[in-house]
Amino acid sequence: MMTLKTPMRSMKKTLVLIAAAAGLTLAAGPALAEGGGHHLRDGGFSFDGPFGTFDQGQLQRGYKVYREVCASCHSMDLMHFRTLAEPGGPFYDAHQASPAENRFVKALAKEVQIADIDTETGEPVMRDGTAADRFPHPYPNATAAAAANGGAAPPDLSVMAKARHGGANYIYSLLTGYHAVPEGLTIRPGQNYNAYMAGDLTPFWTGDAKHVPAGGFIAMPAPLRAGQVTYDDGTAQTVDNYAKDVAAYIAWASDPKQVARKRAGVGTLIFLLLFAGVTYLSYRRIWKGVAH
Amino acid sequence: MSDHESTYVPKTGVEKWLDTRLPIVRFGADYMSLPTPKNLNYWWTFGGILALCLVTQIATGIILAMHYVPNTELAFASVERIMRDVNGGDLIRYTHANGASMFFIAVYLHMLRGLYYGSYKAPREMIWIVGCVIFFLMIATAFLGYVLPWGQMSYWGAEVITNLIGAIPVVGEPILIWLRGGPAIDNATLNRFFSLHYLLPFVIAGCVVLHLWALHHAGQNNPVGILIPKDRAKKDMVPFHPYFTVKDGFAIILFLILFAVFVFFMPNALGHADNYIPANPLQTPAHIVPEWYMLPFYAILRAVPDKFGGVLAMFGAIGVLFILPWLDTSKVRSMRYRPTMKIFFVIFVVVGVILGWCGGQLPDAAVVPGMPSFTLIDGKLNSYLWLTRLATLYYFAFFFVILPLVGLKEKPLPIPATISEPVLSGSDEHKG
Repeated sequence: MMTLKTPMRSMKKTLVLIAAAAGLTLAAGPALAEGGGHHLRDGGFSFDGPFGTFDQGQLQRGYKVYREVCASCHSMDLMHFRTLAEPGGPFYDAHQASPAENRFVKALAKEVQIADIDTETGEPVMRDGTAADRFPHPYPNATAAAAANGGAAPPDLSVMAKARHGGANYIYSLLTGYHAVPEGLTIRPGQNYNAYMAGDLTPFWTGDAKHVPAGGFIAMPAPLRAGQVTYDDGTAQTVDNYAKDVAAYIAWASDPKQVARKRAGVGTLIFLLLFAGVTYLSYRRIWKGVAH
Repeated sequence: MSDHESTYVPKTGVEKWLDTRLPIVRFGADYMSLPTPKNLNYWWTFGGILALCLVTQIATGIILAMHYVPNTELAFASVERIMRDVNGGDLIRYTHANGASMFFIAVYLHMLRGLYYGSYKAPREMIWIVGCVIFFLMIATAFLGYVLPWGQMSYWGAEVITNLIGAIPVVGEPILIWLRGGPAIDNATLNRFFSLHYLLPFVIAGCVVLHLWALHHAGQNNPVGILIPKDRAKKDMVPFHPYFTVKDGFAIILFLILFAVFVFFMPNALGHADNYIPANPLQTPAHIVPEWYMLPFYAILRAVPDKFGGVLAMFGAIGVLFILPWLDTSKVRSMRYRPTMKIFFVIFVVVGVILGWCGGQLPDAAVVPGMPSFTLIDGKLNSYLWLTRLATLYYFAFFFVILPLVGLKEKPLPIPATISEPVLSGSDEHKG
């Protein structure tokens, strides 16, 4: 028996060690997180966790909020209309021949005008969008975007959920974080107070130095109002729902393959665990009778 | 490469023909039958794990290079396009990005194993030194690779690190411009970084061949740390295959499980969110930090108030590893029999973790929030600045003071005459 106990013990040690290494690397992550805001609100999203999936209705509502509200200032340069119909996407239809053939997406693309050149004359023209087109840019260029928004170009939203700590919860918190301005806080012109924006408000605070309000200044005024976007599925048309839905949509757009990847991950882990078991049995068999 | 007697007998006509012209099959067979100490524990499996890491990085990297565009205007979008429109591209890219972290987890454990069991001592100094070269090349490759997605951390990380070269007196500035390909980090920098990032892994692979050559020539160390006498070889050694192929294989699968958890379920947990913001030379991020595996060295860099001094300390922290075989004065290899040194080793590991932690914090932030503190020279005592300095001091003292002195003063435990002895004394039914 002794021959088996020894490797078992050292194996356990190695496992503990690998777990410790993983723990350390994970612990290093939050260490890098920047402060400056309240603890984020938890949107309770359906796609959280290893088995979470997107709620297609929520993604469709989120797309609608993006298209009708956000898209007037924010680009999504990395998105094509066809992406909306990829498996797991807001408009995926099991009967579609391909994402580019999806009827919803073709109709949605047709609603926007795309700058192009006439293939006969080379003259600049505007034409209906197709599923293969990228989302159109709200401004002709970055300078125009900045000029129209008090000097700060609205950031592209394609990967926004990956570009901020907290992902979808951050977006949800920010969009619902336009709290009443705390008394004693001087707002800079062209800025708005948001409880979840990164920043340090100390220089603008005249109250108790020990209780500087959390949050920061943001150039974007509160973008959402109740009833602003019409939901066709009976979901309450509240700012909270709009914020949650558009956060889910942006989280999907930031990594459209995430649910498929998690699903593949479950299969991969099951395979690896079985493979590890078989290999461990082979190991015991091969080393049988060798004292070490 | 292998110095043990060949047991390969060519069987088929083709093998016989080949054996007299290019004995490549014999080479492989001898390689796999290398006599290996039978007492190697799981700490010895990281060599195989690292080989897997290198192959994974090269394989995924070659595919990524087919789709990546090294241009400041297009790089960021091309990386995202890989993850959106290339078949399996999200897995390939996330495997490559997390693979770097996995590579460093494994290499740090591999190096600590060498340190604990004295694997750098005669006759294995060259294995260790070539290993240090590989480690240095890994850091360089990882840094170059992190610049390629051209996010905010890519750009500003490159800015901070290349600026260090500028700190060298007199020649710093011209070297900096030569390295960047211009006065500022721009397209020329990105292009050469891509070129070098593709080149260095193959240099690493070449060094791995040297590393293994030296290993097979000098023979593996083992947890007991003694050289195995020729007459004990039959009793104390087993052929590498199948004994260690199966043991390494099992460890590799466990490692892959950890790898898969990151790639499939939290691919961005080890990265920094700011790197998903396209590089903007006009906007400095609030907090520039390197990837986690560079943090201990970044902390040492910031511990020294003088910029050039910091650069020297940082490179010195890696450089000292090269002369480690001559700093350790003990004749005993394995710390299993060096109870005093073992304590200093554990402290060294803890200090390494503390340095990594400090590297991710703002130097002026308080270590214990709210604790009253006084200012010592240029910073509050209760700040990461001073914790980093304390840890840096121990890091260098470990190599330059503790290792030489303890080796001379300590009284090691009795060392077994053979590697079988500890097994035999630990059990009365060892034949099992």
